[in-house]
Amino acid sequence: MTQIIALFSAAIVFGTVILFGATGEILTEKSGNLNLGVPGIMYLGGIAGLVGAFFYESSAADPLPWVGVAVSLICSLAAAMLGGLIYSFLTITLRANQNVTGLTLTIFGSGVANFFGGSLQKLAGGVGQISVATTSSGYREVTGLADLGTVGNLLFSYGFLTYAAIVIAIAVSYFLKHTRSGLNLRAVGENPATADAAGINVTKNKYLATCIGAGISGLGGLYFVMDYTEGTWSNDGSIERLGWLAVALVIFAMWKSDKAIWGSYLFGVLFWMFLYLPGLTRASLELCKMLPYVVTIIVLIVVSMRKKRENQPPASLGLAYFREER
Amino acid sequence: MSDAPMGTKEPFIRISKRTSIGKCRAWSIRIIALLLSLIVSGLIIYAIVRMSPVKVYVSMFEGAFGTTRRAWITVRDTMMLLCIGVGLAPAFRMRFWNIGAEGQILAGGIAAAACMIYFGAVLSGPALILVMVITSIAAGAVWGLIPAVFKARWGTNETLFTLMMNYVAIQLTGYCVSLWENPFGSNSVGIINQQTKAGWLPSMFGQSYGLNVVIVLALAIGMYIYMKYSKHGYEIAVVGSSENTARYAGINVRRVYLRTMAISGAVCGIAGFLAVSGASHTISTSTAGGRGFTAIIVAWLAKFNTIVMIMISLLLVFLEKGAVEIASRYNLNAYASSIITGIILFFILGSEFFINYRIRFRSGKKEKEVAAE
Repeated sequence: MTQIIALFSAAIVFGTVILFGATGEILTEKSGNLNLGVPGIMYLGGIAGLVGAFFYESSAADPLPWVGVAVSLICSLAAAMLGGLIYSFLTITLRANQNVTGLTLTIFGSGVANFFGGSLQKLAGGVGQISVATTSSGYREVTGLADLGTVGNLLFSYGFLTYAAIVIAIAVSYFLKHTRSGLNLRAVGENPATADAAGINVTKNKYLATCIGAGISGLGGLYFVMDYTEGTWSNDGSIERLGWLAVALVIFAMWKSDKAIWGSYLFGVLFWMFLYLPGLTRASLELCKMLPYVVTIIVLIVVSMRKKRENQPPASLGLAYFREER
Repeated sequence: MSDAPMGTKEPFIRISKRTSIGKCRAWSIRIIALLLSLIVSGLIIYAIVRMSPVKVYVSMFEGAFGTTRRAWITVRDTMMLLCIGVGLAPAFRMRFWNIGAEGQILAGGIAAAACMIYFGAVLSGPALILVMVITSIAAGAVWGLIPAVFKARWGTNETLFTLMMNYVAIQLTGYCVSLWENPFGSNSVGIINQQTKAGWLPSMFGQSYGLNVVIVLALAIGMYIYMKYSKHGYEIAVVGSSENTARYAGINVRRVYLRTMAISGAVCGIAGFLAVSGASHTISTSTAGGRGFTAIIVAWLAKFNTIVMIMISLLLVFLEKGAVEIASRYNLNAYASSIITGIILFFILGSEFFINYRIRFRSGKKEKEVAAE
């Protein structure tokens, strides 16, 4: 029993990282932009939050957790949205290829994050690795509900971003399904020429969706840095792998952010299952870690075979729109 | 737009597609973009290490070409990147987004390493290498074919499919590494056949990487001819421009998809073979090391021209080696190279816009001229 709870807790923490990434990417892809820069954006969001908190903690005499949280949240959102803005400018205004631009953004973001993550302490004249324990404790603070036995342990023992991820995912889902602006956005993603003819500002919609989506994705990086690794940094490329898993989750959830919630936890279970399966050797453990990707591929194939309209990717996904080119 | 009704303002910027642009002009736009990006990166480096940008590039040059050994490593890595780019070119030409080079390289690498381990003592030198080449090609081709089959039959999104296949391949590599680990508990395969050197590519011109260069350049030239002058190459181009046109012209689109992806995967498999047999003599999850992604950019920027790819690969590898040099001098980490690469690519990607489109600003001059008449 305790093992199952431990597995689910680990899965929820893991899932939250990719849930942020996937929710942001769903919003972006609904506008027709396939942003393969999600890992880069998560990197940017993570490192900016860390750097912000680092400077706050090293400048303040007596750093307060909530100020650190606020500073790092703002820095993280700003950096991630800036990443989204670079992508938007290149693909929407300058009509560069989306796949290539996204991959470049991933290279750039991982470079920026790993460079500063590894060297910031040295550049600031200190030694060792960065650690922002105070801010991180602010992120990991739990309410009294966590003490309520098994249920409390399972449901309430996480930092506030865990719940924020769920709220944002539901909000994005509601926005896309039930509001007029959401409908407009979907129209842009399905057929920008038609949307344009209907008087919807295609450029504005694409810019906003991509930048806000990037901001949400960036929170995944922040959550990873502050909660998952407790305010430290390591150059092991794990954010990049999580970023690609987030892209996978978008497919798995079939572009629906409410479905991404349980999807993300399922990915978490699949990812951590090897710890709790008896009799695994080191070799078969590697095969076990393959599961989330294999499951995604199967979903991708099944979706394309069944051809149900509402499960398809946005029709203009990956294509640039140029009004004069009709 | 000029006959807009009265009262509506002419937009400030007008953008129209160019019908054609001189080669000279297009390249000068690209070179301007490159110079601008080097200036921006130089400023960023200056801001971090307070080293004059000119000096930065001089020491980068030393890092990449300073000694014979360094120069050869730069050449080796350039060839590796070029090989993958050559593999991706036909797929991209066909507008098939093969993001899966990383996985196809690893598939080829695993195949090569498996042959070295299991047949190293059985087969003689050249026979072993022949078997390795064949299995690597087959493994890469299969890895490329899987997404192509589904794309051809059900239109499954190939960008996302090939992306996922990378991670399946990485885990498969992890599995093989723990299967073959040597010495036990090291979690790495170690140098395979260190004593016998069975399955190692022989040296050429007294250089251990000489043969890599010959193989990759031959591939690049061969692919150039294949894409430009063969019937297959023509079919790839037609499918890439318009699938419907291709179908109308009687081209079997499915077959072109399958054939091209098999070729694309096979060349990436060769890259995996070269990485194992011709360079590292080991296999690990970082054998591909992100080069499958970088090569996409190489292929795209070169406009699928495999000859232009040589220069772009060299530029990217030069940046990487140079940044490593600077980083080690200042005791910083080498990820600075990714930042610089990113900035340069952003600029080059952006510059394509100015090559493809003409921009005209709303000018007072034109109106005055009209008034004067």
